[in-house]
Amino acid sequence: MGMSITQKIISEHIGDEVKAGDLVMAPIDLAFGNDVTAPIAIHKLAEFGISPKDTSKIALIPDHFAPNKDIASAVQCQTVRMFANKYNIEKYWDVGETGIEHALLPEQGIITPGQIIIGADSHTCTHGALGAFASGVGSTDLAFAIATGKAWFKVPETIRFIYTGKLPKYSGGKDIILYTIGKIGVSGALYKTMEFTGDTIRALGMDDRLTICNMAVEAGAKNGIIEPDEVTENYLKGRTDKKYKIYKSDDDSASETIRIDATRIEPQVAFPHLPENSRAVSQIHKTIKIDQAFIGSCTNGRMSDLRIAADILKGRHIAKGVRLIIIPATKQIYREALKEGLFDIFLDAGAVVSTPTCGPCLGGYMGILAPGETAISTSNRNFVGRMGSPKSFVYLANPAVTAASAVAGFIIDPKKL
Amino acid sequence: MKFSGKVWKFGDNIDTDVIIPARYLNSSDPNILASHVMEDIDEQFSKKVKAGDIIVAGENFGCGSSREHAPIAIKAAGIKCVIAKSFARIFFRNSFNMGLLIIESDAAEEINQSDIITVDTQKGEIHDKTIGKSWKIGKLPDFIQELVEAGGLMNYAKKLEGENV
Repeated sequence: MGMSITQKIISEHIGDEVKAGDLVMAPIDLAFGNDVTAPIAIHKLAEFGISPKDTSKIALIPDHFAPNKDIASAVQCQTVRMFANKYNIEKYWDVGETGIEHALLPEQGIITPGQIIIGADSHTCTHGALGAFASGVGSTDLAFAIATGKAWFKVPETIRFIYTGKLPKYSGGKDIILYTIGKIGVSGALYKTMEFTGDTIRALGMDDRLTICNMAVEAGAKNGIIEPDEVTENYLKGRTDKKYKIYKSDDDSASETIRIDATRIEPQVAFPHLPENSRAVSQIHKTIKIDQAFIGSCTNGRMSDLRIAADILKGRHIAKGVRLIIIPATKQIYREALKEGLFDIFLDAGAVVSTPTCGPCLGGYMGILAPGETAISTSNRNFVGRMGSPKSFVYLANPAVTAASAVAGFIIDPKKL
Repeated sequence: MKFSGKVWKFGDNIDTDVIIPARYLNSSDPNILASHVMEDIDEQFSKKVKAGDIIVAGENFGCGSSREHAPIAIKAAGIKCVIAKSFARIFFRNSFNMGLLIIESDAAEEINQSDIITVDTQKGEIHDKTIGKSWKIGKLPDFIQELVEAGGLMNYAKKLEGENV
């Protein structure tokens, strides 16, 4: 059996050939955490009296409850800030510079192909879009990586998803991943690599690829990954001078191959309370009224997402009784959207635009749902209570469907707007 | 390790947002987290649960976020161990890394709410006294065993630091 891109990256790092199922201790290129997960790691390091081994391989990004939502979260952000200052950690972004970690790190050119990356955040798998092995871990793993520069892994087997054909209008990366999770279920790739390939993927820009890999964890996967190509190299130009190595999977390296006809992937909506409850928006025959629409998050808060939303919202106004919250994922995206005039389109449409934060995606702040309320969201999870009250309802969709639904006041196919 | 306890039974895909809702993530104090454990699936759970009780669940237990607050909340609530058909991978790592015993076993399908069960890790067995049935449980991989013997991941880090690896 050949080796997958993920297995090749791990092999190269430990200097020994690996196969699926092996337990290895591997040197990592980057370990990062946020204001929710890093404080626990920082306290553990203090408790055990251990200092960072190599601060150049650490990144700290306050994004979940930053700008501070309350006193308790202010203390968490302060803990991260003090640690970053004490050890002079360069890859630290405070309010005013920060953004959502999984949008900020690629944007800043910190992620390159062939790296091993761990993040104390489940959506760390996002970074596989650049051909890195990136996997979410917990705070203790982060503390261990800060202390030793290493992490332990069970080498994953690979499920290869091959997409062919042109996506229908208004479909994008979000629809590919929601459709795929709908097919295999929320534990369909448990402990495994989801490798995304095929001409459909090759035709996608980096934003869509990041969206796809972002939600690999929602199928239980250890990582999502896309082989680097011209799109990847163009994305990296101007962002980094770092040398990187591109790995490609051997043809016979997957334990399972799933072929998907992308021409059939219409815009999807995942019904409460699991991301696997996805179906084509065109197949929704009842009226699902919404109270709130959210466009943002590490899944769909990037520039191309905002442009798609603006195309729908231009010259239109959201329905009476609907709240539309738009959150650009990073400062750079925020500025670009402002310069392009998207803010005017959003504000004219009746939306509110916030500073970069994870905010409402995880029911943190900036748009919590009341009991009985329904939201459509471009984020990644629709679990019970995810965006607020355990008696609220979250539907997941792409930015076009979300923006169109905000205009209609109920969930709608953008084609029918 | 051998212990007995009362079972709290849950279904498939018990996610980290119901184990410990994000609105409490502005704290990492185990006691505060424990007072809200499982709140969004059973509001009274933290009041009903007693030290030594055992959670039994279906597939993909702990799916969702990487928050270590989830196993911290379960452990601090006094739960001795979680038995599930399968675990989400980050929850699996987190539990082991911080010393919450978790066991993957098909026994989870047959054990009922409020059954009294005994777990014997040396013998590798789960026994349900209420229905009178036993199941074998698998051994931990050697590597994980080594970390357990070191006393968890951070103690292992301390050991590596001492060896100056």
